[in-house]
Amino acid sequence: MSAATGTLDRRAAVKALLTERGELLVISGLGSSSYDVFDAGEHPGNFYLWGAMGGAAMVGLGLALAQPKRPVLVVTGDGEQLMGIGSLLTIATKQPGNLSIAVLDNGHFGETGMQLSHSGLGAKLEVIASGAGITNVTDIADMAGIESFRTSLRDLNGGPRLARIRIASGEVERALPPRDGTYLKNRFRGHLGFAVT
Amino acid sequence: MDQIAVHQDSATSTDWPVAIYRTLKSFGVAQVSYVPDAGHSKLIKLSHADADIKTTVLTTEEEGVAMAAGAWLGGDRAVLLMQSSGVGNCVNMLSLMASCRFPLLTLVTMRGEWAEFNPWQIPMGRATPQAFEIMGTTVLRLENPDDAEEVISAAASLAYDGDQQVAVLISQRMIGRKKWTKETH
Repeated sequence: MSAATGTLDRRAAVKALLTERGELLVISGLGSSSYDVFDAGEHPGNFYLWGAMGGAAMVGLGLALAQPKRPVLVVTGDGEQLMGIGSLLTIATKQPGNLSIAVLDNGHFGETGMQLSHSGLGAKLEVIASGAGITNVTDIADMAGIESFRTSLRDLNGGPRLARIRIASGEVERALPPRDGTYLKNRFRGHLGFAVT
Repeated sequence: MDQIAVHQDSATSTDWPVAIYRTLKSFGVAQVSYVPDAGHSKLIKLSHADADIKTTVLTTEEEGVAMAAGAWLGGDRAVLLMQSSGVGNCVNMLSLMASCRFPLLTLVTMRGEWAEFNPWQIPMGRATPQAFEIMGTTVLRLENPDDAEEVISAAASLAYDGDQQVAVLISQRMIGRKKWTKETH
């Protein structure tokens, strides 16, 4: 079976997604997704995961429920989302209108030697999300789709959303965000007005 | 069938799930997540009935660990309810909490330790304290229903004020023997 046939440049796609981000809060999944979000521009409203494989969407859910007036975007990869695939069902039970998940899908486990992922072997994340109960699902293959998804993020009543974004599988240069978790946590909470105690 | 009634043969001297609920409320807990569990069924009901608590059912326990991190990022205090058999599922996700010093309060009903009839529950029940401790999670025990408020309160302070990961293991003796006579399946 052939791999997912994406052509989008992941860095360009994420950069476009985070343009004029306004109130947007961003959780990025372990691996290249964290590098992509960092490369698009440092921001205290970014929380980069350097571990917690499979947990990005659930961090996003906890945040989205705590901050219902702010749009929350989880940017992660197909492999990371696949490891926490049940979280799509959990998110659907809560129907958080302000939560969106962007799955950068290259059909491969890029960090570990480019093995084909389940997505690359035929699984359809957008169908799984839909079946889980996430009704606002899109399959994006071009920059026009990215732009349309970006503008939809501001609507706090339109989620939960999941966008499968078909990216090319080529390697890109690493861009490494800060790794100190306590720093990232306190910076993020500070951005929301919570004092460090 | 009322699941709670099935488990009340231990005739506890206090209504400890209510004591736990009240204590969590006094700490301002705003998010509760759970994997369904008969021992926690009353607390789960109370939580769902409370409009000020966002209550979420999980497909697996580690989801609740990650969710508690997100809740804290957004200013909410969260609690994770599970059974001892799910503790092993959380081990890797506990790295997130330790690495970022996120508070975690989890209340774990024990299986496999007191009048356990199902041998399959025993290995994970026996390993539960160690599974937490190898990841740096503090383990407290709740053995007596009368101690519920005090123990949960101590655990909540340690978690939310002390930025620690804390598990309270609720003795199987408090939950009572599992009766099968009323089961419909």
